[in-house]
Amino acid sequence: MKYLDEYRDAQGAHKLARELARITTRPWSLMEVCGGQTHAIVKFGIDELLPSQVTLIHGPGCPVCVTSLELIDKALEIAARPGVIFCSFGDMLRVPGSTTDLLAVKAAGGDVRITYSPLDAVKLAEQNPAREVVFFAVGFETTAPATAMAVYQAARKGLKNFSLLVSHVLVPPAIEAILGAPDRRVQGFLAAGHVCAVMGWEEYKPIAAKHRVPIVVTGFEPLDILQGVLMCVRQLESGRAEVENQYSRAVRQEGNRPAQQIIREVFQITPRKWRGIGEIPRSGLGLRDAYASFDAEHKFGVAGLRVDEPTECLSGLVLQGKIRPRECPAFGTRCTPEHPLGATMVSSEGACAAYYRYRREP
Amino acid sequence: MTTPPNFTLSCPFPIQDYPHVLMAHGGGGKLMHQLIGKLFVPAFRNPLLEAQHDASVFDLAGQRVAFTTDSYVVRPLFFPGGDLGSLAVHGTVNDLAMAGARPLYLSAAFIIEEGLPMDTLWKITASMQQAAQAAGVQIITGDTKVVDKGKGDALFINTAGIGILEHQLRIAPRSVQPGDAILVSGDVGRHGMAIMAVREGLEFESAIASDSAPLAEVVLQLVRAGIEIHCLRDLTRGGLTSVLNEIAEAANLTLQVEEKLIPVREDVRAACEILGLDPLQVACEGRFAAFVPERDADRALEILRAHPISTGACRIGKASDQRTAKVLLKSAIGAQRILDMSSGEQLPRIC
Repeated sequence: MKYLDEYRDAQGAHKLARELARITTRPWSLMEVCGGQTHAIVKFGIDELLPSQVTLIHGPGCPVCVTSLELIDKALEIAARPGVIFCSFGDMLRVPGSTTDLLAVKAAGGDVRITYSPLDAVKLAEQNPAREVVFFAVGFETTAPATAMAVYQAARKGLKNFSLLVSHVLVPPAIEAILGAPDRRVQGFLAAGHVCAVMGWEEYKPIAAKHRVPIVVTGFEPLDILQGVLMCVRQLESGRAEVENQYSRAVRQEGNRPAQQIIREVFQITPRKWRGIGEIPRSGLGLRDAYASFDAEHKFGVAGLRVDEPTECLSGLVLQGKIRPRECPAFGTRCTPEHPLGATMVSSEGACAAYYRYRREP
Repeated sequence: MTTPPNFTLSCPFPIQDYPHVLMAHGGGGKLMHQLIGKLFVPAFRNPLLEAQHDASVFDLAGQRVAFTTDSYVVRPLFFPGGDLGSLAVHGTVNDLAMAGARPLYLSAAFIIEEGLPMDTLWKITASMQQAAQAAGVQIITGDTKVVDKGKGDALFINTAGIGILEHQLRIAPRSVQPGDAILVSGDVGRHGMAIMAVREGLEFESAIASDSAPLAEVVLQLVRAGIEIHCLRDLTRGGLTSVLNEIAEAANLTLQVEEKLIPVREDVRAACEILGLDPLQVACEGRFAAFVPERDADRALEILRAHPISTGACRIGKASDQRTAKVLLKSAIGAQRILDMSSGEQLPRIC
């Protein structure tokens, strides 16, 4: 297939791996931020091609995984109400809340539907004027423009029965949080290509400069990731700490301006709780006052709900790159994709799910 | 046979985990296998059922007979490459074919929701008739039920089928031997993506058409050519991934396949990328995997490729001599990983 096969070529991969081995003189730890990259690394076995001195640490870049338990409980409460059509991306349905999950709410009679786009949820609201349609808006900067567009259109159409449960999160504050941690191991980052396709990479420059870390905007195919690692290690070996773009076929420095504009129109930056990590200041998006009537938390009166994270699930440590999934005592025993303790075991971009699926046995 | 001694009235399924049936319990993944293995099989326990093959094979008045049943609930009723009616024939005929049987007769039971346009029912019925004729089977008994508006979903069809075995082969997952070649009869994932593309409004240059087709004829050609078939299985729910895992489990062998050798059409792969699905887990309705001894593999491929429904047949791997039940996949860039069955459903109601 065009634009896929050429980035999954075994010969090309081994060539990049040889070059990486040639230039690597010391141990380096890099973090890939995006869950899509984590999935590709484990699925294609990319880490097996790396020299032993280069370690990949999996970052907090799966939006389903970082959605706080509190927000999931809010979703469950809203979805169970009569008259509500609750729309969500498929991965969110099996994520366990405090007592149940959305799939169980559906089986018990809740109208929970998988949608691929928030605009489909707007359509549903138009088709079902007597029902309340709620969209669970999960994701990084990548999905935020589509969510913003859905709200914008709903407002223009004067829809009163459409609302959002907003869980949008931002990448740069998470990178800052990881770099600011006292026991930081990460020496370089592969930034998420699709996030940068929307936002560009200007905002990463001050982070690279302040913390003296190279950041390479990287794609998602095996050759992209290997090349991203190579560029990052090359910087580390020569003592540079710059922002570079491996994913030039999709990402421009300034990003996608119209997409940024619609995000700014609808959303403002807010503090956000990350599952397993805690609250990170200025790390989320919330609806601006002009669009507050589309906020499902207020519409359904669940804004005040407070929930504590369970202790058995160590997904917070996994998400911060402090442990690998297999180092969690519950991994593969009390925690499996059928009986997940946390979202990292559920989502197709979750590190635990990827390890369980592709690497269960050593 | 006597009544199993330890049959109890308490539900053996872990109700504490699943107090309600979920869509995933019908999805062809781990939850469905748990439901069958922990609830249905223990309840109805008998040696024929425990073989857990696509069709049950037994002796009836000196003749080896295959018997199977399947219900069809696909939405939409009509899709590129087929419809509920043709699917209800192909699916059951194919289950018989996977036991190496010549399909003879089908039953057809219709559960119709009040208000279904008569024209729709006629189109589905006509399509069933054509599919039956093409597959060389007759529909010889049936049933009609109409349920209240809102209590069904337009139309469900159940078919059961019976066929005869005209050979002495033991075609079953447990017959797979170390060293067997693993063949697939063509590109995978097309049926599921044909349905999904319609449901999600994905438009490609030309529509992805379902691969739905009757498989008995080509299977009988393999039998007649003296291919020592060890196992056949059609790649329905859960796709190639579920089939390989089921067979690895039943044969207690490690199966090794190579991603590069598994044929997936470009448009199917593109649609899967867009929707975040794995083509190896997407259902087909006209494809099967065959396990044959290495010495028969090339001849089997020749026969398959000469038949119009399996021109794209190819070899994707082999059964190793390792006695652990698992499936290993060599990835596109040459690294090895586990190919695990999905836990729930990727796509509900596609057959």
